Amino acid sequence: MKNELTIGIGGAAGDGVASAGNTLAQSMARLGLYVYAYNSYQSVIRGGHSYLRLRISAQKPLNHGNQINGLVALNQDTLNRHLPELLAGGICIYNNDKLKPEKAPPGVQLCPLPIYELAGSTALPVMQNTVAIGALIQLMGLEFQALESVFQNVFAKKPQVVAINVSAAKAGFDYALKHFKPFSEKLYKTNNRLALVTGNELLGMGAAVAGCKFYVAYPMSPASGVLHWMAPHAKELGICVRQVEDEISVINMAIGAAHMGVRSICATSGGGFALMTEALGMAGIIETPVVAINVMRGGPSTGLPTKTEQADLNQAIGASQGDYPRIIMAPISISDCFVSVQEAFNFAEQFQCPVIILSELLLSEGNETVNVEFLEQEIKIERGELITPENSTMGKTYLRYLDTPSGVSPRAIPGTPDHLYVSATDEHDEDGVIISDVYTDPVIRKKMADKRARKMQGILQKISKPSLEGSNEAEVTIIGWGSTWGVIKEAAEQLTQEGIKTNHLHFKYLVPFHVKEVLDILKKSKKTVIVEMNQSGQFARHLSAETGFRAHAHIRKYDGEPYEPKHIINGIKQILSQGKEIVEVLSTEPGWRTPHPPGPGVFTQAARIN
Amino acid sequence: MVSKLQVPLTVAAYKSDVHNDWCPGCGDFGILQALQQALAELGLPPWETMVFGGIGCSGKVFNYMACYGVHTLHGRVLPFAMGAKLANPDLEVIAVGGDGDGYGIGAGHFVHAGRRNVDMAYIVLNNEVYGLTKGQASPTLDRGQQTKSLPLPNINDGIKPLALALVTGYTWIGRSYAFDGKHLKEMIKQAIEHKGMALLDIIQPCPTYNDLHTAEWFNKKVKEEEKSVSKLVTVEELKHDGVIKDPTNRDEVFEKQRKAFDLIQYRGERIPIGVFYQIKLPTYIERMQSQVPMLKKYSPVRIPYADANHLPTTDLTDAFEEITF
Ligand SMILES: Cc1ncc(C[n+]2csc(CCOP(=O)(O)OP(=O)(O)O)c2C)c(N)n1
Ligand code: SF4
Ligand SMILES: [Mg+2]
Repeated sequence: MKNELTIGIGGAAGDGVASAGNTLAQSMARLGLYVYAYNSYQSVIRGGHSYLRLRISAQKPLNHGNQINGLVALNQDTLNRHLPELLAGGICIYNNDKLKPEKAPPGVQLCPLPIYELAGSTALPVMQNTVAIGALIQLMGLEFQALESVFQNVFAKKPQVVAINVSAAKAGFDYALKHFKPFSEKLYKTNNRLALVTGNELLGMGAAVAGCKFYVAYPMSPASGVLHWMAPHAKELGICVRQVEDEISVINMAIGAAHMGVRSICATSGGGFALMTEALGMAGIIETPVVAINVMRGGPSTGLPTKTEQADLNQAIGASQGDYPRIIMAPISISDCFVSVQEAFNFAEQFQCPVIILSELLLSEGNETVNVEFLEQEIKIERGELITPENSTMGKTYLRYLDTPSGVSPRAIPGTPDHLYVSATDEHDEDGVIISDVYTDPVIRKKMADKRARKMQGILQKISKPSLEGSNEAEVTIIGWGSTWGVIKEAAEQLTQEGIKTNHLHFKYLVPFHVKEVLDILKKSKKTVIVEMNQSGQFARHLSAETGFRAHAHIRKYDGEPYEPKHIINGIKQILSQGKEIVEVLSTEPGWRTPHPPGPGVFTQAARIN
Repeated sequence: MVSKLQVPLTVAAYKSDVHNDWCPGCGDFGILQALQQALAELGLPPWETMVFGGIGCSGKVFNYMACYGVHTLHGRVLPFAMGAKLANPDLEVIAVGGDGDGYGIGAGHFVHAGRRNVDMAYIVLNNEVYGLTKGQASPTLDRGQQTKSLPLPNINDGIKPLALALVTGYTWIGRSYAFDGKHLKEMIKQAIEHKGMALLDIIQPCPTYNDLHTAEWFNKKVKEEEKSVSKLVTVEELKHDGVIKDPTNRDEVFEKQRKAFDLIQYRGERIPIGVFYQIKLPTYIERMQSQVPMLKKYSPVRIPYADANHLPTTDLTDAFEEITF
């Protein structure tokens, strides 16, 4: 037994699924238990199906798991959809006054709560959540105190609300003790000091510690969380945070600010990123450091606004016309968002080029507990070659775009006396002056393009090389990138335990690419399988474009739902046993399905006449 | 605040040696010269002055000046320059672009810039054509007009940029003419000195592509009440004073806005130039500073965030507290 429980909480949007989930997750964090939460919400304010899965463990869970041990159903729909998913030994908590379960799977305990009796018949509907969480904490074998202090924390300014919630939760807690059997799997509190946080919050916090003082945004799910963290913290941290008219304005303002020496960053999703691309090329040619985050969601077009996908790699690689140095990196976990953004600022300034961070809905909106010590680590701030009063070339000619062996030219921040320069988005010479139109000079053009391109060599030295996780002698090598690190890691370990020796090569840095090192690893691999969250195999093509290496097989998913370990395990088994080259995974549990009303084209003749 | 030079530099100090590739007779020459004179007379240090350019013939003004300059993207000079000004309010920021650049592809930014009142000057070189791309109709070309490159007359109505500026909140709105050096220089100086977002629309003959509104056309006398008068007429001659004395007086503001709107539209035979409207309102930076006091103490570019060992000094204790349970 792994001392681990996975709990599903579901209801209609507006039923308070998120607040029930937060209360539970915060109580767990308070008890030193790690949580990984995935919220499969729909893009509606009220109605629709909203479902949250929380995996809770004394060891840090790396994904939201395969199946649930506990279910808190806030509406009938949730009960119908998710009850069949419960594992034997599982528990289902629901409001007995309103909901009626169908037949429970074998070994699953139904825990009906008489909500009116426990919370009072005049209680607000959301009180059912509080009673249910109280009961759940009891059945998990945990102490009530944690829950109580969460209410005290959340409603700090409203003692009456604290009292109502505490008494409702206590009623559920006590009722469960008397009437139901606890989970056989017990959880124990630990001394870990944990924070509960989303990837978007960590992107914001990471930017803040890195010294970001300029954040402009235009709202777009699932990136808005960064703005929602930045805006209320602007005052205490002294950050210029603005919402502006569109993403074109966002990126141009961000680059304008960065040009003046401020660390500036912006975040959007694929559609907004598409609008930003022309300006990223500008940052490339005028060599202004800027960081742009694309929190990927399902595409194309408006696509799947509330669902996850890894399908903007092509867009990032192809962002903007022409060749220019850029760095593309994809954080591999929620906590990695915190580190990635700090690295991104350092790289951007050291190499005076744009850095693209490909985050993903799964990371950005997912919740994870993180050790507070992890957040307190200090990453050095490296600003690259800046002209300061000490190293100023006062009196000599200053060439902003000096052709150096590294391709990096010392940067004077505008406002520095005796270092006047212009920066042209047309091709320019070392002094920044336009050479295109009348005076296009092939020799200068090539010199400047080569100078910029040389920076990519320096970047490769700085970014860490991908390395193999797991045994060197494996039957299968799973290759992944970005957000899937945790789920692949677990799948690889599980497969190895089952006798299929599997190792894992994961990519965080996508451009530039460690061609030689990667080939050295892959040449020794017996069976290589690329796992990614898109339809066409964007990473597979990237890998083969960079190295000429073609993987033996592929597992792909693009239905909007994230991978669970079982998907990858089953995929690998199918590849091995049936010799499949591509396995497309689909989440088919009834919980993921939503009935849709018919569109205007499918009305029957009768309905039209009536 | 931008410092002022004790001993002003000569105009020559603001000129660069870069070869100029504008067509002979282009109105842009007059504008470049007036801008350099204005900066010299204002005593603005070149290293604390930034000229941003859009893309177009007009976008190259920065290229011929000796101060900090950036060539941005077509239509994006405003957001780039605003980002720069917000990051370092201590520099004097001047954005220069064309009519296609600002009122066409950049129209969205043009509208929203008005709402912010960032303290900067936006100078638009309005020649009614897309000069650099060989004379296609720009958004300011009127309906029925057919400049040299057009196979058929224009069937779009022309945009009225100054009227648009008025309703979107620009706090200084003026017009001048590329070849009236004295008037133009004064207008540029005022636009720069105005504390807030200034729009100066400059009528700029493009001898190469705009064969309708040439320098000769602007110089022709017109008839008004039987008298022969100049085509360009200053707002002073028309007895208009668009400067708001009391920004809190709604009657005065509405009255002056209405008058300004009339005059902006007024063409008839004559074209008014000068300041149509000016109001003193808190700048964007002041508005931000009132919400984020640290931005009053430092401009964003100067807020310290690392110690001598390059380790971060930003204190996130409170933020961690919020997420730790
Ligand atoms: C995104 C984009 N679209 C089109 C162009 C091509 N282009 C360059 S300048 C220009 C028009 C310039 O007209 P205007 O802004 O009026 O400036 P002018 O040359 O008349 O001074 C166009 C369409 C471009 N550079 N970028
Ligand atoms: S095309 Fe027109 S605007 Fe451009 S340089 Fe020539 S005359 Fe001037
Ligand atoms: Mg033009």
